[in-house]
Amino acid sequence: MIQAFIHAPRYHVLVEIALVIWILRLLFFTKSYRSERTVLTEKEKEDLIEDWQPEPLAPPLSESDAALLNVNERIVDRHIWEFCSKIGKHVTVNGHECLNLASMNFLAMNEDPLIEEDAVASLRKYGVGSCGPRGFYGTVDVHLFLEEALQKFMGCEEAIIYSYGFSTVASAIPAYSKRGDILYADESVHFAIQKGIQASRSRVRYFKHNDMDDLERLLQEQEREDQRNPKKAKVTRKFILVEGLSMKHGDLCPLPKLVELKNKYRVRVFMDESLSFGTIGKTGKGVTEFYNIDVTEIDLITGSLEYALGSVGGFCVGKSYVVDHQRLSGLGYCFSASNPPMLSQAAITALQILQDKPEKLERLQENSKWMHRQLAQIDGLKVSGEAISPIIYVQLSDATGQTGVDRALLQRIVSECEIQGIALTCPAFLDDEELFVPPPSIRVAVNCDLTKEEIDEAIRIIQNVVRDVLSTRDAFAQ
Amino acid sequence: MGHLAKKNALLKNAKALKHGRLLDKAPKWKTFESFEETPLYIAIFTYLSYAILIVFGHMRDLMRRWGFEKMPINTEPSKKGWVPLYQNFESFYTRNLYTRIRDAWNRPICSLPGARMDLMHRVTDDHCVSFRFTGKKINAVNMGSYNYLGFAQNEGPCADAAEAATRKFGCSVASSRQEIGNMKIHHDLEKLVAEFLGVESACTFGMGYATNTMNIPCLVGKGSLIVSDELNHASLVLGARLSGSTIKIFKHNDMVDLERKIRDAVINGQPRTHRPWKKILILVEGVYSMEGSICKLHDVIRIKNKYKCYLYLDEAHSVGAMGPNGRGVLDYWGCSPKDVDIMMGTFTKSFGASGGYIAGKKSIVDYLKGRSHSMCYASSMTAPVAQQIITSMSIIMGRDGTNDGQRRVCQLAWNSRYFRRRLMEMGFIVYGNMDSPVVPLLLFCPGKIAAFSRQCLKHGLATVVVGFPATPIIESRARFCLSASHTKETIDQALDIIDKVGDLIHLKYSRRDQRPDISENDKDFKQRYKLLPEY
Repeated sequence: MIQAFIHAPRYHVLVEIALVIWILRLLFFTKSYRSERTVLTEKEKEDLIEDWQPEPLAPPLSESDAALLNVNERIVDRHIWEFCSKIGKHVTVNGHECLNLASMNFLAMNEDPLIEEDAVASLRKYGVGSCGPRGFYGTVDVHLFLEEALQKFMGCEEAIIYSYGFSTVASAIPAYSKRGDILYADESVHFAIQKGIQASRSRVRYFKHNDMDDLERLLQEQEREDQRNPKKAKVTRKFILVEGLSMKHGDLCPLPKLVELKNKYRVRVFMDESLSFGTIGKTGKGVTEFYNIDVTEIDLITGSLEYALGSVGGFCVGKSYVVDHQRLSGLGYCFSASNPPMLSQAAITALQILQDKPEKLERLQENSKWMHRQLAQIDGLKVSGEAISPIIYVQLSDATGQTGVDRALLQRIVSECEIQGIALTCPAFLDDEELFVPPPSIRVAVNCDLTKEEIDEAIRIIQNVVRDVLSTRDAFAQ
Repeated sequence: MGHLAKKNALLKNAKALKHGRLLDKAPKWKTFESFEETPLYIAIFTYLSYAILIVFGHMRDLMRRWGFEKMPINTEPSKKGWVPLYQNFESFYTRNLYTRIRDAWNRPICSLPGARMDLMHRVTDDHCVSFRFTGKKINAVNMGSYNYLGFAQNEGPCADAAEAATRKFGCSVASSRQEIGNMKIHHDLEKLVAEFLGVESACTFGMGYATNTMNIPCLVGKGSLIVSDELNHASLVLGARLSGSTIKIFKHNDMVDLERKIRDAVINGQPRTHRPWKKILILVEGVYSMEGSICKLHDVIRIKNKYKCYLYLDEAHSVGAMGPNGRGVLDYWGCSPKDVDIMMGTFTKSFGASGGYIAGKKSIVDYLKGRSHSMCYASSMTAPVAQQIITSMSIIMGRDGTNDGQRRVCQLAWNSRYFRRRLMEMGFIVYGNMDSPVVPLLLFCPGKIAAFSRQCLKHGLATVVVGFPATPIIESRARFCLSASHTKETIDQALDIIDKVGDLIHLKYSRRDQRPDISENDKDFKQRYKLLPEY
């Protein structure tokens, strides 16, 4: 080849060299081969910064938000004329003396003089705040006593307490379920569970409310997928998240079927008993007691001290190896100050009262059934949920289906009842952030201290108000 | 003309930034913040001790698997067909490193967390896997609780008022603010908080941690950017994560890095789409609880105003504890509350109660009142807690007719400087700002974490020690929180103990040549804090 090159005519070599240079130029020096990097000048950058207009931090209030704020303006105070002076069976709302059918103070623990004495004694020993998280000298002996009392009461190996009801389940879920794990949740779980799911970053599949067939369908789907990919299945933890007594519907979770599915498909169950703890079951142990199911079948039970026990905070109970993990991994436990000792003391005393005076719970359950029956008889209203549930959702039986209209109507019923001496409330939801918003309704909360006469009187008033409000609506409609 | 001048100023700023220099408006007084470098041989020894611990951990795990050693009680029994609840990797650290020195944490107390406190004596028979209480009490100086202004009291006006509130309203509200848990005491409290901070409006929540996690998602969302300090508290981190915004981390208290990140973000817009950001929120804390450093607020405010970002300032450890009037870092630096969009803080620490607040413009607070998860779903604050805050805050503001609040603020300021100066003079490596009531003392080696904590307690000083993952792996430390309830005698006693223990386990690593440049007898310090104690 070299020989050929030498022997080739001069002009030939020249032409070839020119060709090679041209190709090289085409390859490296033409615009189309240059990577397109735009470098902004300082001035352009400054202009961009100058031009940028952020959205306002808080958008102007929408109509529904403004309405919520109005609701927010309802000021409750203790009832002045009654013998019992705390927010309890009676309250004043915006200056009107009312029978309280709104606070979820089911067992009237807030008015109990014994709790008051114990809480004050604790205040006089420990002060109000604990001034530290549990790890750093925020553990007061009272917290240990409360954990022990809860663990003994529920018949579990260990209990852990949180200082805020909402943060309990929201911290417990991400402590176990991580990215890559699967959560099966009831579609109408309450907001704290939704936040827990979000914080865990796990995959989530929702099943229809209390629909065990739907859950089984999802579990079977997953089983098929697991068979295709056994390596992944070996490290994917699965959890079912349910509420014992639904916060949005007031009905019980079908636990026997759920436990069957849990064992069949080897999925762990976390159950939130915020409402059912202290209100359901013969001694108030919740849904497991109601169905007569061994507590150890449920891997983790979370609950609230804020409703039945009339204190503040929440708790989890379960096996030691499960619960103890939260002492290092439950974010709301590790990074938050512990519960004020006086409030934990109030919970201890309330738990003791719950065991010493079983008649409180009996009366609550009787009252719930009676209230449920009486409400169902009011014309124009529809009642849903379990008869034994201490919260009862009341909807309009001929609802328009337009959320705004129905809500306004129910709100008028609530305001009118308030003037006539019955405190009610429409449950508050953040519509655009909720996964499932139940139809507009009024939530009636039952108190164990209500007498049959008081319930009947309340029903009479509600009945009259509903009739009046609905007749004006009908008049408008015509 | 004005426009041109502004542009010129901007260009000048940009130039300054390029040269790594910031045109910050320095505060009027001298400030001093130190983060002494870790000596190299200490770093090597620290890594070495972790390596030894890990090797031994694996050996013990092996022994456990072969049955030579009993499994710790809290391990999950293996069930066939079930996926184990914990990954082996995460429990390794807990099982082999943390559990061995577990007695340094979660120590139960059985008294008020005041200047001194009683701890429940506990012993372990199985190397800290479980504990047994002996019924004895240990009285110790308390440098662990966040009782900055000494309001953890069981007598006096706060406790009296809280008792009256308990008797009047009970311990529970059993409803959310938007349903039927809205009491007059909440309104009074919110009005007072707004006045205290000098803002238009405030709202309060039942838990400080939840104030962050539940409100940040209401303010920003998808398409927004959060620029967050790398050492922010877990609640801010979780709140940011829950919001769904893009998160950028800047180096701790590094204003050049912060400005560079924000500048790039504004210029380049959202990743991939290059659309402009909806909003940019800067998340910073007032006082960082593990470093003892104070946020450089004047710089943050300058950057925030220049790039039209919003500022979320978490004053959990600074409200009440900083500034000559106890109003937090704004008061300390002399900044205007108008420049901070969201002022967040907790009542757990300086006020001896629990809960948190968010304060700012009325429009923002009203929006949160309508939209906050906490307002809508969580139980509202109970009356005794709210009352404790109202009374303690009124005392700080001097509304009780005495100068007790002023005295507390000044005592804390004096204590912080005095304690820090003495520690530095002893030769310890101490982090943080000279005026911060949080004083971290560096321990480095993992073995010294437990040794320091146990020895201090033996001599009568209760303090907090922290290691990985709360700190970088080699920077294990002890942390002291000063309180207005400490007198000079208490602090001297604590210093004696620390000195003794420091000699015993060799902690005086500092190689600083000259004396630290801080003193509690400064002229301008005395000028700003009027009621400093005389010793």
